[in-house]
Amino acid sequence: MAIERLFRRRRTRGEGREVPELWIRCERCGVQLYKKDLEQNLGVCPHCGHHHRIPVEDWVKILADEGSFEATTGKIRPVDPLGFVDTEPYPERLARYQQKTGRPDAIYGGRAKIGGVPSVLLVMDYAFAGGSMGSVVGEEIARGAELAAEEERALVIVTASGGARMQEGALSLMQMAKTTMALEFVFQKRLPYVSVLTDPTTGGVTASFATLADVIFAEPGALIGFAGPRVIKQTIRQDLPEGFQRSEFLLKHGMLDAVVDRRQLKPELVRVLRLLYPGEVDAA
Amino acid sequence: MPLEFERPLIELEEKIRALEATAREQNLDLSEEIGLLKAKLERLEREIFEGLTPWQRVQLARAPGRPTTLDVAERLFEEYSELRGDRAFADDPAIVGGLARLAGRRVVFVGHQKGRNTKENIARNFGMPHPEGYRKAMRLMDLADREGLPFLAFIDTPGAYPGISAEERGQAWVIARSIQRMSRLKVPAVAVILGEGGSGGALAIGVGNRVLIMENAWYSVISPESCAAILWRDAKEAERAAAALKLTARDLLELGVVDRIVPEPGGGAHRNPEGAIRALKEALVEVLGELEDLDAEALWWDRYRKFRALGAFAET
Repeated sequence: MAIERLFRRRRTRGEGREVPELWIRCERCGVQLYKKDLEQNLGVCPHCGHHHRIPVEDWVKILADEGSFEATTGKIRPVDPLGFVDTEPYPERLARYQQKTGRPDAIYGGRAKIGGVPSVLLVMDYAFAGGSMGSVVGEEIARGAELAAEEERALVIVTASGGARMQEGALSLMQMAKTTMALEFVFQKRLPYVSVLTDPTTGGVTASFATLADVIFAEPGALIGFAGPRVIKQTIRQDLPEGFQRSEFLLKHGMLDAVVDRRQLKPELVRVLRLLYPGEVDAA
Repeated sequence: MPLEFERPLIELEEKIRALEATAREQNLDLSEEIGLLKAKLERLEREIFEGLTPWQRVQLARAPGRPTTLDVAERLFEEYSELRGDRAFADDPAIVGGLARLAGRRVVFVGHQKGRNTKENIARNFGMPHPEGYRKAMRLMDLADREGLPFLAFIDTPGAYPGISAEERGQAWVIARSIQRMSRLKVPAVAVILGEGGSGGALAIGVGNRVLIMENAWYSVISPESCAAILWRDAKEAERAAAALKLTARDLLELGVVDRIVPEPGGGAHRNPEGAIRALKEALVEVLGELEDLDAEALWWDRYRKFRALGAFAET
């Protein structure tokens, strides 16, 4: 420990300025990776295949056809309807996340073409309050679904969320009903809705719009479920079985259509979108 | 066992009963003293119940003796027939439902079912449903649609069961489906929060054209204990969490989450279930009357507009 600290100090002093971290350790296997290599590999560890969380903008880059994306989210911002204070007042918490992510809340998205299919692409941001769904996330998803229906677009949602946001109380809970009902317009127009569940997707998000998709994809090893493992452990007072609530477990139990490696996701997604989309699609 | 804040009331009641017994046995006229004590009791009850904290209301919502769905069914309906099973896997005793007659009108009902004692509670999993419970609810929604009967849902759960068996069978998937199925009902749908409205497990049968709540019930995104465990890392902070979550009937009416509060008799529904159910019946008959002329499409839009409008944010 002490030696490590000495080294770190010396290195910064020696170079005399801040250097961007060039190396990163894989969260799972611990192998040192050149950061650029990891980014080029879409955040997937080349050694063990672990899917690291990536910024929401990267999701848009991975899924949207080049130059096709036009953001529609970000026009609304959260308020503090309950005057909620826990270890810190909710508005301060929000301000901190807004500063960290540069966005008003835990969602980013807009119009895009995906393999030529006109789409609305929404991505949840785990870096913002654990991707929790309060009024803004619920509203953006409802608006996204309504936009898709209005402009005859497919709806694609990439989820990452600990569930409904506690700090907005019952109003957060109501977003589950609101988002679910807004999907109805997409279904009525026979437009495709595909969800991509990433690590983690739990609670009120899993128990509403995320699992109502026509096709559900999940990333390898993602934690997906209703209750979090900590709550379950407390309830049953036993250790949980290996792989419980992971994508592969859920695929086996019939809850998902496929577990897809991030590097293969776009072609898989494009295939189902093109098979489901009722309108004209440009040649791939 | 009485709740802590109820003790003074119970002591006073005992005193009154003792005096009444003495008067009877010894043939004395103690009506003046008894009258004074009764007035004092009424005053005290009003004082205590007007000043209830959110945490005290949570305790009332869980109080033994508070009417459960089947207690309500017994007294609310002229007759009813319980229907069981999800037609796929099992019958979940944590959710009950069936056919019933309310003020002469045929209806379909479902509700979470807690036990009335510890043994029953274990059998009913403390009112925490598994996926098969929600599948039973959905099967009854299908029935209501097919027969064109209004649908009533009674909510009283700490939450959907968070265990291995429930997760394996797709708890989240089935809750999402149940929310969707209820939102699609072609018949009038009314939800009543009887006691505890714990999170998604409650909302799964909460997508009503009207949402009613008993005066001392609570409804929120998470239970105060779980909220405290996450935010303060200490379940003992539940009292603070209960206040922060704005989960009481009055708060929820202000937020627009519920449409109407059903008043409970003085002392709460657990001390006077008949009175509480009488008030509930009055409210339900009125609300069903308001909805009876709406057709399937109008009912869908009515529900959509209600839930679409819920949420608080600012345009930038």
